[in-house]
Amino acid sequence: MIKRLLPWLFVLVAGPVLAAGAGPVLLQSGANISDQASLQRGAQLYFNYCGSCHSLQYVRYSRLAKDLGLTEKQVMENLNFTGGKIGDTIKAAMPAGLGPDAVGAEDWFGKAPPDLSLIARARLGGADYTYTYLMSFYVDPTRPSGWNNTVFPNASMPHVLWERQGIQTLRPAEEHAEGGEGHAAGPSFDLVKPGSRTPEQYRQDARDITAFLKYVGEPAALDREKYGIWVILYLLLFTGVAYLLKHEYWKDVH
Amino acid sequence: MAGDRTTTVTGVLGWLDQRMPVVDFWNKHLAQYYAPKNFNIWYYFGSLALVVLVNQIVTGIWLTMHYKPSAVDAFASVELTIMRDVEWGWLLRYMHSTGASFFFIMVYLHMFRALLYGSYQKPRELVWVLGMLIFLAMMAEGFLGYVLPWGQMSFWGAQVIVSLFGAIPAIGPDLVEWIQGDYLPSDATINRFFALHVVALPISLLGLVVLHLGALHEVGSNNPDGVDIKKKKDAKGVPLDGIPFHPYYTVKDTFGVGVFLMVFAFVIFFEPTVGDLFLEYDNFNPADPMVTPAHIKPVWYYTPYYAMLRAVPDKLLGVVVMGAAVMILFLLPWLDKSSVRSIRYRGPITKIALALFTVSFVTLGYLGMQAGSELQKLVAQICTGIYFLFFILMPVYTKMDSVKPVPDRVTMHD
Repeated sequence: MIKRLLPWLFVLVAGPVLAAGAGPVLLQSGANISDQASLQRGAQLYFNYCGSCHSLQYVRYSRLAKDLGLTEKQVMENLNFTGGKIGDTIKAAMPAGLGPDAVGAEDWFGKAPPDLSLIARARLGGADYTYTYLMSFYVDPTRPSGWNNTVFPNASMPHVLWERQGIQTLRPAEEHAEGGEGHAAGPSFDLVKPGSRTPEQYRQDARDITAFLKYVGEPAALDREKYGIWVILYLLLFTGVAYLLKHEYWKDVH
Repeated sequence: MAGDRTTTVTGVLGWLDQRMPVVDFWNKHLAQYYAPKNFNIWYYFGSLALVVLVNQIVTGIWLTMHYKPSAVDAFASVELTIMRDVEWGWLLRYMHSTGASFFFIMVYLHMFRALLYGSYQKPRELVWVLGMLIFLAMMAEGFLGYVLPWGQMSFWGAQVIVSLFGAIPAIGPDLVEWIQGDYLPSDATINRFFALHVVALPISLLGLVVLHLGALHEVGSNNPDGVDIKKKKDAKGVPLDGIPFHPYYTVKDTFGVGVFLMVFAFVIFFEPTVGDLFLEYDNFNPADPMVTPAHIKPVWYYTPYYAMLRAVPDKLLGVVVMGAAVMILFLLPWLDKSSVRSIRYRGPITKIALALFTVSFVTLGYLGMQAGSELQKLVAQICTGIYFLFFILMPVYTKMDSVKPVPDRVTMHD
C-alpha cells in the first residue's frame, strides 16, 4: 500500500503551498454577506460616507434592491444621491473633476477616487484588506489631508469616518504589537479623541461597510454556496450509483 | 452504391452503417477495443482531461456570446455583463476559469502516469509526441485566455510573455510588435488573441486529441505493469488480460467523472479563486498600462517554467532554457533505454531519479509564484539542473540500472 501511495506523496507533499504575500498585516474582518441587516447598514454607511467620491460602476440600483431585501422606493430614496434611474449603474455623487464642467474629486485629492465595485476582491487579503484599511487611519500633519493610513501609506483619501471612530495616533514602530498568542502583529494606535461611536461600535461599522463591499464585489456569492450544496448532493448520489454499476459490471473480471 | 456494404444491423443504424462504417468505428474504439484489465487510479486522468476539454468548449461558446474583445469593453463585459447581468453568467465564468486549472491538473497527472509506467516507450512514441503537442497547444490556449478579461495580470502577463520573443536576436523587437499589433498589449492584441483562443487553438486541440486517441487505439494501451497484453491471446484473438473498453471502462470512468465533478463543483461553488491560485486578486483590477504591479506572476500551471526563466540571469538564455525544458519532453521515448516500462520493475536509480525530478518540478512551481529572494533563486537553479539532468542522463542511468523480471501476465491488486 505504502508503495502504491509513494508516487502520490511526491506529487502532493511539496504541492502548491499558498504564498504568504509581503503585504501589510491584516485584521480579520469577520464580514458576513449572508447577514442581510449588516449589508443594509453597510450600504447606508457606504452611500453616506463613501459614495460621494467612489462609484460602483458594476452595480445597478435594481440589483441592490433585490439582493439587500429593500424595495426599489427605499433604494431610490435612501441610497441614490446621483439622480440615477433604478436600472442604472452607480456613479459617484461628486463630479470626477479636472474637466471643463466642474471642480471635483481629482482637483481636491490629486487623484481620481477609484471605483470600488471590485475592491474587496482586488487586493491581497480580499475583504480583510478593506476592513483593516478602514481601521487604520491616523493623524499625520505631514500629509495634505492631515491623515495617513498604515495599510495604504500616503493614500490621498482623508478619514471620512473620523466623526464616528474618533481620532487615532500611530505609536512609534518599536511599540507595535509583536503578534503572538491571540494578538495580531502590526501597528498599534491610540484613540486620542473618541468619536460618536464606541470602539466596538466602530468596528461593527467597518465590518458592515466591508460586508457590503464584499457583497458588491461578487453578488453571485449570495447564491453560489446555496446551489453548490445541492449540486454536490446530487453528484454524491450519481457517483454512488455509478460505483454500484461499476461493481456490478466488473464482477466477472478477476 | 448503398447496399454494397454488408451490415449486420437493421433499421436506422443499418441504413447508416451501409453508408458509413458506424458499427466498425464503435467496435474498433469502444466495444472491441481491448484495454488491459489492471488500470489503476492513474488511468482516470486521460478521460477526465477529455471531460474538462468538453467543459471548456461548451462554457466557452456561451461566454463568447457575452464577452467583448476590446480594450475598452473587455473588463466590463466580464465583470458586469457576465458576472452580474447574464443569468448564470457567473457559473459559466467559474466553470471556465476553474476548468482551465483542472485541465492542467488532469494533464500533468496524465503525463506523470506516462512517466511512472513508461507509456511513451515503443510502440507508443507517437502517442506521446501527439500528447506533447496537445500540452503545447494547451499552454498557448491558457495564456491567450488569461489575457482576455483584461485585468492587471492579463495585461502585464501578456506584456512579460510577449516580450520574451524580444530576446531573440535581430528580429526580436519587430517580432514583439508583430505579435501584439502595437507597441504594447492593446486593443489589437485582445482581438487577435480572442481569435486564436476561440477558433485556432480549440480546433487544433480537438484535432490533436483525435490523433492522440487514434494513435493510441492503433497500438493499444499500456498498463501499470508495462506488460504487452497482445502477446497472450485466446483462440478468438482477444488478449487474455484485455477487457472491452465499453462497457468495462466506460462504466468505471463514469464513476471517475462523478468523483471528479464533486471536486470540480466544490471549487466552483465554494472557493472559485482558490486563494488567488486559480483567479488572482490583481486580475480584479482593470488593466492599467501606467501602473506596474508589485509582483507579476503567471497562473500556477506555468510557474515551474517561469521559475526556470527567472533562475537564469541572462534573458535570452533564460528563454532558451524555458523553451528547452518543454521541448526536451518530446525526446523522452528515445532517451529511455530501459528494457522494462513500468516503475514497478525498474531499479533504484530510476526510482530516485523520478522522485528527484518530481520534487524539483513541484518546487519550481512553488518558487515561480514567489517574489524570488536570492535563496529562492539558488534553489530554483538547483531544481532546474535536476530537471535537465533527469533527461540528459536518462540514456545512461536507465541502461545501467538493474531491473526486476516482468511477469508474463498483468497483476491485479484488488
